[in-house]
Amino acid sequence: MKNFSVKHRTQSGFSILDLHGELDAHTASQLEDALKDLINQNRSEIIVNCSNLEYIASAGLGVFMAYIEDVRSDGGDIKLTNMNDKVYNVFDLLGFPTLYDILDDESDAINNFSNR
Amino acid sequence: MKNRVTYQLDISASTSNLSEVRNFIGRHAGKNGFSEKQIDEIRLAVDEAVTNIIKHAYKNDESKTIDILLIFTPKKLCVKLTDDGKNFKLDTYERPDLEKQIKQKKRGGMGVYLIHSLMDDVSYTRDNGKNKMEMCKNRNS
Repeated sequence: MKNFSVKHRTQSGFSILDLHGELDAHTASQLEDALKDLINQNRSEIIVNCSNLEYIASAGLGVFMAYIEDVRSDGGDIKLTNMNDKVYNVFDLLGFPTLYDILDDESDAINNFSNR
Repeated sequence: MKNRVTYQLDISASTSNLSEVRNFIGRHAGKNGFSEKQIDEIRLAVDEAVTNIIKHAYKNDESKTIDILLIFTPKKLCVKLTDDGKNFKLDTYERPDLEKQIKQKKRGGMGVYLIHSLMDDVSYTRDNGKNKMEMCKNRNS
């Protein structure tokens, strides 16, 4: 059963990953592959839109932890947007909001990247 | 409700079964009066525990089995997980130092912390070559 998907699109020159469904230890590799693809293409300004992300377990959080240093050392960032409260609570429990840009809306992330 | 209601699910040790485990918990905890928020918390804690068993006790050997037992009582839900894999330590459950882990590109340790944060009681025993983990959520928590 396919309960997760990640799609890539480009908006205002930034790479955006749209996450759909449930991100757990089984589906995390799909997100990992998508992030690796972008990094291999030297895309370091990445927005992850979580509006259709219904669930996240620590394996999903681990993917964001593994690649943030790479993109930041290239002058970029991974910004997370449009999270529902349930998903945000998991990030919050582990202290992500102090180390990651978690923004209300995709446009906030685009503005943050553009105004640097 | 009756004093004690139990449900059992056996799964093979594959992460492809995690969504089935979450659905199993959600279905029965909902029917037995837990709130949506409590169900979300229990689901995540059990997902993390089952993931740890698959990865650490069984090293992703899909021929192995994990037994999941839900016990509802008037005061709480207890989830018992049994496996016959390798004994692995889960005693440390401090909040992971994210900043340090990111610098070292290290993952892990988060699941155990989540389990202890989301459930009211967590215990582990090793008995007859089996790992038994029990985690409980009080109805009033």
